[in-house]
Amino acid sequence: MLRTWLCACRPAIVALAGLTLLTGLVYPLAVTALAQLLFPHQAGGSLIVVQEHVRGSQLLGQAFTDPGHFWSRPSATAPFPYNAAASGGSNLAPSNPALAAAVAARVQALRDADPGNPRPIPVDLVTASASGLDPHISPAAADYQVERVARARGLAPQQLQALVAAHTEPRVLGVLGEARVNVLALNLALDGLQP
Amino acid sequence: MSRKPHPRFDAALVRQALVDALKKLHPRHQLRNPVMFTVYVGSALTTLLFLQALSGAGEAPAGFILAVTLWLWFTVLFANFAEAMAEGRGKAQAESLRRTRTHARARRLQAPQRGAPQEAVPSDRLRSGDVVLVEAGEIIPGDGEVIEGIASVNESAITGESAPVVRESGGDRSAVTGGTTVLSDWLVVRITANPGESFLDRMIGLVEGAKRQKTPNEIALAILLASLTLIFLLVTATLLPYSRYAVEASGSGQVVPLTVLIALFVCLAPTTIGGLLSAIGIAGMDRMIQANVIATSGRAVEAAGDVDVLLLDKTGTITLGNRQATEFVPAPGVGTERLADAAQLASLADETPEGRSIVVLAKERYGLRGREIHELDAHFVPFTAQTSMSGVDLPGRQIRKGSVEAIERWLRAQGRGLAPLVRDAADAISRQGATPLIVAERGADGGEVLGVVRLKDIVKGGIRERFAELRRMGIRTVMITGDNALTAAAIAAEAGVDDFLAEARPEDKLALIRQLQQEGRLVAMTGDGTNDAPALAQADVAVAMNSGTQAAKEAGNMVDLDSNPTKLIEIVEIGKQLLMTRGALTTFSLANDVAKYFAIIPAAFAATYPALDALNVMALASPRSALMSAVIFNALVIVALIPLALRGVSYKPTGASQMLRTNLLIYGLGGLAVPFVGIKAIDLVLTGLGLV
Amino acid sequence: MTANGIAQISLYLVTLVLVAVPLAAWLERVGDGRAGPLERAFGPLERAFYRLLGTAADAEQDWRGYAAAVLVFSAFSVLAVFALQELQGALPLNPQGFGAVAADSALNTAVSFVTNTNWQGYGGESTLSYLTQMLGLAVQNFLSAAVGLAVMLALFRGFSRRETATLGNFWVDLTRATLYVLLPLAFVLALALAAQGVVQTFAPYVTATLLEPTVDSASGQPLTGQVIALGPVASQLAIKHLGTNGGGFFNANASHPYENPTALTDFLLVLAQTALPAACALLFGRVTGDRRQGWAILAAMLIVLAVALFAAYAAESAGNPRIAALGVDQQAGDASPGGNLEGKEVRFGIARSALFAVTTTATSCGAVNGMHDSFTPLGGLVPLALMQFSETILGGVGAGMYGMLVFVIVAVFVAGLMVGRTPEYLGKKIEPFEMKMAAIVVLLMPAVVLLPTAVAAVTPAALASLSNPGAHGFAQVLYAFTSMGNNNGSAFAGLNANTPFYNLLGAAVMLLGRFGTIVPVLAIAGSLAAKKTVPAGPGTLPTHTPLFVGFLIGTVVIVGALTFFPVLALGPLVEQLQLAAH
Repeated sequence: MLRTWLCACRPAIVALAGLTLLTGLVYPLAVTALAQLLFPHQAGGSLIVVQEHVRGSQLLGQAFTDPGHFWSRPSATAPFPYNAAASGGSNLAPSNPALAAAVAARVQALRDADPGNPRPIPVDLVTASASGLDPHISPAAADYQVERVARARGLAPQQLQALVAAHTEPRVLGVLGEARVNVLALNLALDGLQP
Repeated sequence: MSRKPHPRFDAALVRQALVDALKKLHPRHQLRNPVMFTVYVGSALTTLLFLQALSGAGEAPAGFILAVTLWLWFTVLFANFAEAMAEGRGKAQAESLRRTRTHARARRLQAPQRGAPQEAVPSDRLRSGDVVLVEAGEIIPGDGEVIEGIASVNESAITGESAPVVRESGGDRSAVTGGTTVLSDWLVVRITANPGESFLDRMIGLVEGAKRQKTPNEIALAILLASLTLIFLLVTATLLPYSRYAVEASGSGQVVPLTVLIALFVCLAPTTIGGLLSAIGIAGMDRMIQANVIATSGRAVEAAGDVDVLLLDKTGTITLGNRQATEFVPAPGVGTERLADAAQLASLADETPEGRSIVVLAKERYGLRGREIHELDAHFVPFTAQTSMSGVDLPGRQIRKGSVEAIERWLRAQGRGLAPLVRDAADAISRQGATPLIVAERGADGGEVLGVVRLKDIVKGGIRERFAELRRMGIRTVMITGDNALTAAAIAAEAGVDDFLAEARPEDKLALIRQLQQEGRLVAMTGDGTNDAPALAQADVAVAMNSGTQAAKEAGNMVDLDSNPTKLIEIVEIGKQLLMTRGALTTFSLANDVAKYFAIIPAAFAATYPALDALNVMALASPRSALMSAVIFNALVIVALIPLALRGVSYKPTGASQMLRTNLLIYGLGGLAVPFVGIKAIDLVLTGLGLV
Repeated sequence: MTANGIAQISLYLVTLVLVAVPLAAWLERVGDGRAGPLERAFGPLERAFYRLLGTAADAEQDWRGYAAAVLVFSAFSVLAVFALQELQGALPLNPQGFGAVAADSALNTAVSFVTNTNWQGYGGESTLSYLTQMLGLAVQNFLSAAVGLAVMLALFRGFSRRETATLGNFWVDLTRATLYVLLPLAFVLALALAAQGVVQTFAPYVTATLLEPTVDSASGQPLTGQVIALGPVASQLAIKHLGTNGGGFFNANASHPYENPTALTDFLLVLAQTALPAACALLFGRVTGDRRQGWAILAAMLIVLAVALFAAYAAESAGNPRIAALGVDQQAGDASPGGNLEGKEVRFGIARSALFAVTTTATSCGAVNGMHDSFTPLGGLVPLALMQFSETILGGVGAGMYGMLVFVIVAVFVAGLMVGRTPEYLGKKIEPFEMKMAAIVVLLMPAVVLLPTAVAAVTPAALASLSNPGAHGFAQVLYAFTSMGNNNGSAFAGLNANTPFYNLLGAAVMLLGRFGTIVPVLAIAGSLAAKKTVPAGPGTLPTHTPLFVGFLIGTVVIVGALTFFPVLALGPLVEQLQLAAH
């Protein structure tokens, strides 16, 4: 019995070492080399570079509180929202009173920033995302904010609606996922509109 | 076949079983059944909790704990009662068998011959190898083999058949069973079983349950049930800390009392099947006895349910033991009447059924009357293995009848041959499944073939239907015969067997069994002769005929007291029923748990999580009545199922899928639904009577 | 629920079957040594490797030898992953300069990845160096899956062989599974993911200049930059899903936009984490020579999966009544995902989040694209229940099939009794030994889930980790041990599991859950291989019929339900009832 176990030691060590080299080194290096060669932008993080400054990533959201920007979804990352080095969600249970309190506060903040808006607030604007880095809001959530942003920037709502529409991505292949608006891209475009 | 009347419940039996159920409360007995042992321990625990409550420091009102405790003890007792009932019925059976065993004195002989000096010994002191003398009117003192003498024996004590049978030394009728009575003449018998080791003793041990070895299937099921019991033990034990957390988290209610947890555990544990398991096994053996079959092990009975292939001897099983003459086919140039006359003459002294049937046929067809041999100055030539012929010598003529080969040999010795047309006729008869018997005569002008008598095998009535039934059970039948392939094929077709083995010698039979087993099949066979013994020993299910030799009985694992070869069908059914009853009750037991959860979980946490009352789908009146109803239902269902456990679930030979579907509907869905109704009904009664 | 949501779920189910069929054929060819061009390319390397190992490709092991090889190999694997975490500070490829990981956490992580659990008590991007992720975790993503495949192949051989003592060679199975199945699939998938935006780089973290400065709530200092964590993610992500591992490169796992940037990558990941388990079911039919048997088992799995998918989707679509009460619009439509969106990503919406949650817990993957902790109670009950079916509904790579076959043995046993025959499956008689081993496996699940949960429920140090009050807090602990016991790895992640209590007890639970199954399974394989194969006759219960599929589903569901009904009642069920009554 003991012999069976000892006999297994050598192949175990050699197999582990050999397969570690193959799957832990050769494989990721090969994938990296090919990915950097074929899709350098995506493999590098889909970074948005404006005048040689990295302003963010197309895939990662940022926090916005200025009424003149479209707001992203709430983020539960610590110690500040949209911390791209420590992703995560709130993990609050639906039954947790803290969740209801947080949502109530967000509803209040949105209402305060746009007192004349009687419409119900789309749920994505008041609930934290899973990653805390969700770059998107729903078209409904963007639409909900158009009046406020237009007022803050002194622009015509129609102009903003067109901008939102231009930044709205449909479902992938018409089926998969949901329609969405990339907030960072929208706000960058919005900032570009300013004289 | 005769069946002894056998009441399922009679008052005396029930009374005895009630007493036995109490006796079985001894922990040593309880330990044998792990599932029921946990219930036993649980009952003991709640008893202690009750005593604690009486002292004023109880976790719940003493009356409530007492009620739960009593019903838990009832659960244990009901399971004991089921086992005691099965054993009681088995014992009653065994008693009636044992009654055949007198403790009269036996006459032991100093040497194995009739005239040897005798001594009187009690029959239960006889050991294997002892030789006894039994004379007319005496009871044979033990199982044994006739070594000298011939006698008629009344075996009705064993078989229920009142017609006496002949037992004689040598041959296939040499075995005698203890307890049977010699009617005429005398026998010298060599005893073949030690005290307590006879077939009967072994069977009695099996039905009494004491010596019953668990079968592999039973062990596997016990493992499954034990692991389910452990799971439920874990489930209920961990509810205690969970409940503590829940009380703290919700800030209301109290931690679930131990009494409730123990009650929940007993309800969930597979007590229904656990409590009835040994009763089912004993009842299976009991049903075997009722079918007049003695089995030496429970394993053999269960194996019978798995049989794939059934080997059957043609003669005596598929066909009537005797062939009948049905036609005279004369040789060219010979009149039919002459053939019939010669055949009748040759058969006058032939006492075999075939011989008599020739005489009868000649009389019926041609009005030839039987004549007395001595009137004709005839000398009868009996059949011998060397010549394979029989016949008669008359003044000036010799008549012989026999197989084609034997007659040809006889003719060739006289310088004659067999006419081709006669040979063709014989072959044609063979092809039709009959046996050709050639009749030849040697007169003044030498030997002459007169023709062929067609001897037909008579397939037993109803045998075809029985084989069809076997086929529906999934069992293939193979006919074993010494006939040639042509004859065998024709009879096989007529009888409806699936396959046949022709020109079989004993060693061929053995080889066939080995080959089938090598293919992974389970083989059953019946046999009676000494030359069947090796094959019987090799077969998985081997039923020896009680009329057979002692060697055959020893080699087999069952003895059919009725010596009815088609009894195997019943044996297979009993084997299947045994497994099906276990499977059905296991399913039923587990399906029951769903309703019990819906009764007990909302009740146990009613104060902590009132919202859980949404799960109280039966709208039981109160948490206490919910718990009591589930516990009472759990105990009563054991009693309710005792008749089913003793009788076995009904078996109809259909395909496996159909059978599963039917049993799932009855015991699976039924097991889901019945407790909802039952628990609700008990709840209504309890609240109606104001008991809770 | 919307038409689009139903369409997405249906599309997935159909695609899964379409992918599983050729994959099963490929697996069979790899098993038979007919891996075509790959075999020609890697054959010499493979043979050289065996020489190095000191084994021959045809040196067969009996079940004890096979089990010893699995255990010894896994023990060295745990050691290696543990050592890497402790020494990462002194090793290269550590651009963020992370130091040694705390010993209890390192042990938990090592066991977690070797057992194919990939439970993560730590945050990947804030704890582990690139080297540890690659040489430790990514390697085990391959090897733990390969071990699962190997054990499954050994069990399959138990059914297909007759009257022999041996089950094959573990080292060969391990090598071939890695070389010809996992590596090629992962390579292709990794490149596809990278093309969609999954990062694959060794560059250090990047700092972006924020459009709007924000405030660090810990220090109170204003922040103008966003530090963006990067890494060789695509290569690790591909095998994390293909091998039903689930350990995320980032803390947020597959909800992180760098791991799962689009609905298309999400579709691919969900497909990847279920493809091999589904193919393994079909492979079983091929190996045993009766393909209908494979289809029957897959059908049983997919029926339960479909029911779970629609149940979870319905529960999450219903939203949270307490949020509805605040005047928030949870109605789903083309312009808004609606539903219970806390802890979910907009690009995935409700249907894809439910799809992911169900497939990740049906298999032993454990990756998440949304936070299960924030699911509605019923939506969270579905993943819990799927795990409590102990890796039978697809299950882990290899592990799912051997888990399911144990339940098949139990089902066949009861069904066999009910038709009055000694139970048999594929011609193998099920006897006390098989039953004993199957009983150990069936018993293991309640033991490793219920007992630790009970301990935690009365241990203050354990209860201090809860992040949600009441019944949901209980569900967090229950979920943690259910996940670890089943080698799943997903979590009600609010629970602070990075404490000595959860790290150490969890490690024990994961080891038991994994090897407490593998050893009895191999014992069953050994016993079956030694048996004769009984030819099927008209009295044999057919095991490819809808009736048997239904009976098998019933067995799995009833055993799971009877075991876990009370805890589910005290967790998600009561929470749902309270939420509805609110």
